[in-house]
Amino acid sequence: MSAGEQALHGFSGVPLALRGPAPAKVVAGFGFWLFLLSDIIMFAALFAAYAVLSDATAGGPAGAGLFEKPRVFLETLCLLSSSVTCGFGTLAMFRADTRATYFWMGITFLLGVCFLTIEGREFASMVAAGAGPSHSAFLSAFFALVGTHGLHVSVGLIWLIIMMLQLKTLGLKPMVTRRLYCFGLFWHALDIVWIGVFTIVYLGAK
Amino acid sequence: MLGRLSWSAIPLDQPIVMGTCGTIVIVLAGLVTLITVKRWWPYLWREWITSVDHKRIGVMYMVLGLVMLVRGFADALMMRSQLALAAGHALGYLPPEHYDQIFTAHGTIMIFFVAMPFVIGLMNFAMPLQLGVRDVAFPVLNSVSFWLTASGVALVNLSLFVGEFARTGWLAYPPLSELAYSPGVGVDYYLWSLQLSGIGTLLSGINLTTTILKMRAPGMGYLRMPIFCWTALASNLLIVAAFPVLTATFAMLLLDRYCDFHFFTNDLGGNPMMYINLIWIWGHPEVYILILPAFGVFSEVVATFSGKPLFGYRSMVAATMGICVLSFIVWLHHFFTMGAGADVNGFFGIATMVIAVPTGVKVFNWLFTMYGGRVRFTVPVYWTLGFIVTFVIGGMTGVLMAIPPADFVLHNSLFLIAHFHNVAIGGVVFGAMAGYTYWFPKAFGFRLNERLGKAVFWCWFVGFYLAFMPLYALGLMGATRRMQHYPDTHWQPLMLVALAGAVVILIGVALTVVQLAKSIRERRANRDETGDPWNGRTLEWSMPSPPPAWNFSVLPSVEHVDAYWETKREGTLRRVSPGNFGDLHLPRNTPVGIFMAFFAVILGFALIWRIEWLAAAGLVGAVAVALREFWKTDREEAVPAYEVAAFEHANGFAARTLAHIANADTRQAIEPERDRVVVAGGES
Repeated sequence: MSAGEQALHGFSGVPLALRGPAPAKVVAGFGFWLFLLSDIIMFAALFAAYAVLSDATAGGPAGAGLFEKPRVFLETLCLLSSSVTCGFGTLAMFRADTRATYFWMGITFLLGVCFLTIEGREFASMVAAGAGPSHSAFLSAFFALVGTHGLHVSVGLIWLIIMMLQLKTLGLKPMVTRRLYCFGLFWHALDIVWIGVFTIVYLGAK
Repeated sequence: MLGRLSWSAIPLDQPIVMGTCGTIVIVLAGLVTLITVKRWWPYLWREWITSVDHKRIGVMYMVLGLVMLVRGFADALMMRSQLALAAGHALGYLPPEHYDQIFTAHGTIMIFFVAMPFVIGLMNFAMPLQLGVRDVAFPVLNSVSFWLTASGVALVNLSLFVGEFARTGWLAYPPLSELAYSPGVGVDYYLWSLQLSGIGTLLSGINLTTTILKMRAPGMGYLRMPIFCWTALASNLLIVAAFPVLTATFAMLLLDRYCDFHFFTNDLGGNPMMYINLIWIWGHPEVYILILPAFGVFSEVVATFSGKPLFGYRSMVAATMGICVLSFIVWLHHFFTMGAGADVNGFFGIATMVIAVPTGVKVFNWLFTMYGGRVRFTVPVYWTLGFIVTFVIGGMTGVLMAIPPADFVLHNSLFLIAHFHNVAIGGVVFGAMAGYTYWFPKAFGFRLNERLGKAVFWCWFVGFYLAFMPLYALGLMGATRRMQHYPDTHWQPLMLVALAGAVVILIGVALTVVQLAKSIRERRANRDETGDPWNGRTLEWSMPSPPPAWNFSVLPSVEHVDAYWETKREGTLRRVSPGNFGDLHLPRNTPVGIFMAFFAVILGFALIWRIEWLAAAGLVGAVAVALREFWKTDREEAVPAYEVAAFEHANGFAARTLAHIANADTRQAIEPERDRVVVAGGES
């Protein structure tokens, strides 16, 4: 960056839109926000499909008879509290407190595993009861929507393992903190999607 | 072991397919031999294949689009010749199962692998230069996006050799595209190639949107952005908002086909109509993803060659963003006949007609820009004028079909085919050709041959009218799309005219190649010494042609809409002494993109043929490549200040500075051979 550019960045009277290229951290975060936006639109398409097909049970079981709300409530608690611990982890990272980062991210990971275990058991029990995705359009839409969310959580957990390895091998380089910050955004976005799933799929079950 | 793959997958019994395959293999082998003999591989690898430079990637997108244009155009010629023959009792030379693959491949290739690479290529090349930045927001991701698009192209072309392509039409409507009615691998080829390239497009949309919103040069507020950047912004926002719907919809169809789900099946509550809704929620914005950047190109061309600022810049911005929003509330006009009822059809019909308003604003803006200017009739201006005439006609037939009762008559007829080719060729292709001619000297440092350029234009222009005006008439006479033969011999004369039109366009395509070859041979005579061959208005013309890897040695400071024009006119270009250059940091080249694409092709191919172990290998390979990139720490290389300074001196920095500071009159004194340019019509 030349002296002239630095002067421009440092000059506070200049409106944001006129200040020239944003710093790498801002650019990376912004790009990731756009990705999350597109991801949520993909979920929107799945939600729309679920809304259209939720009555298409083809004579098979409907949602109200299949879903166990207490279990889903526990599942929800796991995921929402993992968002809180993920937030603590991000704050610890910004304080450059590596040990606390490991600690909070470790708890986040465990809560994520709990969530996936409960979800996996729910899926398995449904399939065992003859209510697998091939049974009706309603069940196809259910498994696709909830399963896609679960797949996102799984990818998130793998990403978290990778980030912990990066933290171990590379330390708190800007590159690593940028990615861990993006992971946090991703994790919170999955919470938002889950609130939609909990409300529309489980509480709205007929 | 090999899933469904066996020797019978290779269509040895079909002479047309095998002939095509043979030709492709010979051409490819010849190309590989040439590159090997000339020892071009290291250069290609270093400077192009692993490049993360947005200019190089933009050029590669254009090359990909041109190559696929040849493939898609061959399909078009086959369809036109089949229909010219298959009248009355004649059945032509293409059996239905082959003909169905051809029209599906034609539509898929032309939209996804010709139009999209052209548009994304132009945006990649020109937009960062116009914004005054050194590269896009995520240069490595940019390379990955390009190569993922290329992997989709590879799969589509592979379907020619191994197996078959879909016979469903270019949007693969269920239930026809379900396993029950399309048990072969054709639909799987279609779905996986579009899923892969779709991911590439989405990443590129995110990348370019971030670049526009977060990377502009100092002083370039939103209302100082060149209009092409505004249209690129609209287009990329549409990509970010629409492509995930395509991904989700295809994912649902894939689940139906692979895992016995029932989203769109006829039985167990599936809803095929939902697919048609979902696919057009992507599909209509897609139309504007393609056309808006073309509008941007025409806006730049009109302003530059009229020597005037674009008329109604702000209204152009508003119209662009208006179209961007409206494009999401018109999707249902693709299937008025589905039976959604008069109220719903009425809403979407009116919403569709409303889009004509901002589009009309644009047309008048272009006309008023030329009015009072001294228009230089260069090749890009030819394309622009041809576009204005053609697009207005296509727009009017579109508004006609936006009337639901009329659409019930015209739906899926050749009238519709004529309409969307009218706007796709007249708009997107003409725009891509205008942009190609306009920015070619910037990319390579010499101009394209003017005479041949005009010949290409006239071939496309005349050929288009010959090929598609008969289809309007045929559509009104009752001819439907995707029709392999017809009993009514009265249609044949018009079909023959349409074939003649396609042949005229073929001459145009061939002349494009001739033009390129001749221009390369005569590059010394057409050299662009100044970096500003058209007397341009925007920042890309302020740097040498071709620009250095870092684009701007010193980031420009922007104070006006036509940033470069104003500095030329006022003579206020900052003089930068060599001492002002600083060290620059550029992203290092990386092969991650092509490696990723390699494994993506393996993954896609394995999934198409249900070869589980190979699919796992492809996935593991792709993840390994990504992880390797993830751990790389030396992602940048420094360009020392003295090198930047040396470049500027070697490329006549002093001379360019002189040219910049001079106003229009002085310029003519310095460069008497240049076109006389007057700032005509005063400042509006």
